[in-house]
Amino acid sequence: MTFSEFLKTNLVYLDGGMGTLLQNRGLRPGEHPERWNITHPDIITNIHKDYFDAGSNVVCANTFGANSLKFSEAELEEIIGAALANAKAARVMSTSRSEKFVALDIGSLGKLLKPLGDLDFEDAVSVFSKTVKLGVKYGADLIFIETMNDSYETKAALLAAKENSELPIMVSNAYGEDGKLMTGASPAAMVAMLEGMGADAVGANCSLGPRQLSGVALELLENASVPVILKPNAGLPRVQDGKTVYDVTADEFSDELSELIKKGVRAIGGCCGTTPEYIKALTHKTASLSPVPVKEKNFTVVSSFSHAVKFGDAPILIGERINPTGKKRFKQALLENDIGYILGEGAAQQEKGVHILDVNVGLPDIDEPLMLENAVCELQAVTSLTLQIDTANVTAMERALRRYNGKAMINSVNGKRESMESIFPLVKKYGGLVVALTLDENGIPQSAAGRFAIAEKILKVAKEYGIAKKDIIFDTLAMTISADNKSALATLEALGRIKNELGCHTSLGVSNVSFGLPHRDAINGTFFALALENGLSAAIMNPYSSDMMKTYYSYRALKGFDENCADYIAAAESFAEAAITAAPAQTQKSTEEIKSELQRAIAKGFKDKAAEITKELLAFTAPLDIVKNEIIPALNTVGKGFEEKTVYLPQLLMSAEAAKSAFEQIKTAMSENTQKSTKKGTFVIATVHGDIHDIGKNIVRLLLENYGFDVVDLGKDVPPEKVVETVVRLNAPIAGLSALMTTTVPAMEETIKLLRKDAPWCKVIVGGAVLTKEYAEKLGADKYARDAMEAVRYAESVLSVK
Amino acid sequence: MNTVIITEAFCGIPFCEKEILRYAGCRSADDEVIHLMRDCIEEIRDKLKCRVCCRELTLSLRDDVCDFGCFSVKSKGLAKNLSGCESVILFAATVGIEADRLISKYGHLSPARALMLQAIGAERIEALCDAFCKSIEAKKGMGLRPRFSPGYGDLSLSVQREIFSVLECEKHIGLYLGDSLLMSPSKSVTAFVGLTPDKATETVNKCSLCDKKDCTYRGIL
Repeated sequence: MTFSEFLKTNLVYLDGGMGTLLQNRGLRPGEHPERWNITHPDIITNIHKDYFDAGSNVVCANTFGANSLKFSEAELEEIIGAALANAKAARVMSTSRSEKFVALDIGSLGKLLKPLGDLDFEDAVSVFSKTVKLGVKYGADLIFIETMNDSYETKAALLAAKENSELPIMVSNAYGEDGKLMTGASPAAMVAMLEGMGADAVGANCSLGPRQLSGVALELLENASVPVILKPNAGLPRVQDGKTVYDVTADEFSDELSELIKKGVRAIGGCCGTTPEYIKALTHKTASLSPVPVKEKNFTVVSSFSHAVKFGDAPILIGERINPTGKKRFKQALLENDIGYILGEGAAQQEKGVHILDVNVGLPDIDEPLMLENAVCELQAVTSLTLQIDTANVTAMERALRRYNGKAMINSVNGKRESMESIFPLVKKYGGLVVALTLDENGIPQSAAGRFAIAEKILKVAKEYGIAKKDIIFDTLAMTISADNKSALATLEALGRIKNELGCHTSLGVSNVSFGLPHRDAINGTFFALALENGLSAAIMNPYSSDMMKTYYSYRALKGFDENCADYIAAAESFAEAAITAAPAQTQKSTEEIKSELQRAIAKGFKDKAAEITKELLAFTAPLDIVKNEIIPALNTVGKGFEEKTVYLPQLLMSAEAAKSAFEQIKTAMSENTQKSTKKGTFVIATVHGDIHDIGKNIVRLLLENYGFDVVDLGKDVPPEKVVETVVRLNAPIAGLSALMTTTVPAMEETIKLLRKDAPWCKVIVGGAVLTKEYAEKLGADKYARDAMEAVRYAESVLSVK
Repeated sequence: MNTVIITEAFCGIPFCEKEILRYAGCRSADDEVIHLMRDCIEEIRDKLKCRVCCRELTLSLRDDVCDFGCFSVKSKGLAKNLSGCESVILFAATVGIEADRLISKYGHLSPARALMLQAIGAERIEALCDAFCKSIEAKKGMGLRPRFSPGYGDLSLSVQREIFSVLECEKHIGLYLGDSLLMSPSKSVTAFVGLTPDKATETVNKCSLCDKKDCTYRGIL
């Protein structure tokens, strides 16, 4: 019987702890247990045999930490070969009559992935791939990915397993006391991502005892449509008479697990502190239990690194603002590679209450695959919202999906053969909820019946690719009523039929309906209400539109989704605010008054006020005059105070941010007028290779931007070659490098050396916690700046000479 | 050696605003800065996950070499700090990854906020280490030497590798060591604490031990 067949209809008994047993047999702290496969094969084989004899159906080979970060490739092959041979020898030796399988065990690499740590996602995938290939070569029956406490690393491991084997894959994570992974994922989020990618079983192991893990197990059971695994520790360790003991006995352990088997857990075993005795107690006590059948939950769900978003009766909002179409300022930000601007759009929409962010960065003049991948990586580093990846470029789609830390929404597929052939394989491989547009080779059918027929066709083809109905959400295409006054009706009718007859969820780009009409918000809000009443599940919309938000909150309150109308009442405050700001200013202020107000707002660090006043000023003052006469003098006063130590860093930064928000108004005004901004010169800035601290660098960037430099920020952990390539390409007169640690200063030195060679014109300024003037000179830098103001002053002196 | 790695979670350690302002580089603060600080404290408060893992090691000292059984380190400073101790608590502490997420988020959106969160993170991890040491002192009924971390004096940062392998920080508290010996989450500390039979713990002003007299963050002595 294959493992997949066995898993379908049986309770699967796994094995118990290995590490604790090896420690009791002399493994020293810090020693790699995987080497014992070669040096102590008899001990390892005997432990496996004891587990098989105790009734384990699956024994994990001793390969938990067997990866190419810890071992050379030659030793890795020897270890994995020996480990699987030991486990198989135990299978032959065991007298148990149960089905017996041998798993390739894959644990964490012991490295945290970027951007939180320093291991690149693709590097993690290739490290795991090597282990998987060897596991296949030496005859594992299945792959057991376990004890992962980060969702992103789990994805890398599962992807490697899928790409390099046909074996069944069980995936188990280590959840903390708070019921989440160390990097934040809930069990429901993990189920969404792992099932989407095709894991054969999902679960929890290690970290806690069976009782503390039961909450996690129940959440897994509630969400999973595949078998659930549970492998707890024997409680907590303590030392007793010089020996490590755990506080949950074999008896208690098996009692707790019996209860969870009755609730539906299908694969059970133990982790740290458990021994063959625990498995024996478990198999004895549960021999009479029959496995609870696994139910298909049919949830339509997406996820981020932290939580799952389930589609149901309450509407889901998808923020549409990360999209350059029709937005000059956004286009400019994309062309300047200004990720900060995109992140700002994401954070602002999150504050407005959207659940999902649509991400579209398509522009004719940019490398869209690269840009989309970057945008997705940067966004998922700062927002916990699920992303909807929106592109017509299949390469860009795949790169973004690969890097996405969760189960994404995919925007979009349609009824054209070519579209389905390129998108469905990506949905199958990476998981995702795909938006399906009801159009095909013949265009958008005018009638609801035509759109419904396309939906049926899409479902049929999806099924051929192994994509379930729950992972498709239909968009019946809102078209402007200014061109055809029946178009909204067709959209709504198709929507209702798909919802009721096909049982699928739906989504609409609501605002298209009003294109070409005045005061579009009014139409949009009403159409949104009609669509919701016809069964709309999600809307791609503008969360800054108060009509849309009013409809949303009112609908939820009216439909009973809003307990005590609490959300509506909270939101109503902002409706009132919007009405007040829309009213004309009551008192006329003189120009002079407004001007000095701007300077004061900057000095005090009032961001919103600075933006507001600048907007007022722009009505009757040239943008560059505001910069010259207001913003710069205000900044200079604060900067001088900082140099004289009457103003401290947080105050300086608050002022700088207020100035930045004033600049943002000016930039918008100038990009609308297609005026060229006058920049002082290009300043390339980076935190050096190996260093992931960028707060100091960000401070310097902010001030340089304030003072009118065209700052190209390469981010953190930047290889020397990239700094040099950028300086040469842009012919930058000055570059700034930051390093925080003594261990990363050599990378700074190397970068300076390369710059001297390939860009001898470029002045190099350095800064960071470990540097001093003398140290900087030794490294060959032109200038050491103690703080951000000193960096600004130096940059000004360099560029004024030019 | 039969000691075991113990993991412990801490919560509700009170915030010290004065320390936070010191880490933020403020010798004085106006209302706006105070407001920013309190706002940041509220944002981060529930997101912190303060955890410590530790292991008791036996110590034998030979000149400048501290031998802990499972590994040994040569460092004049550490040897001096631990002289007279027979056993040592090796610990790793972290306030969790959410602090890094917030700092990185505001690094793009608001450097002033990032700076303040950074200062709060620094204050939090120090407060966590203090709370942990206090609990050890109470449990053991012994005095403690001032904690000593890799990078202090002549104690090389590279000893982090041994510490991580002995404490299995990744598994126990989700703390990772990068190739350049930086830790993630960044608001984390590893340290040796010597146990002394005399119960009185030495209270030392941390800044007075440091030679960098012109440091911005130097506490008022």
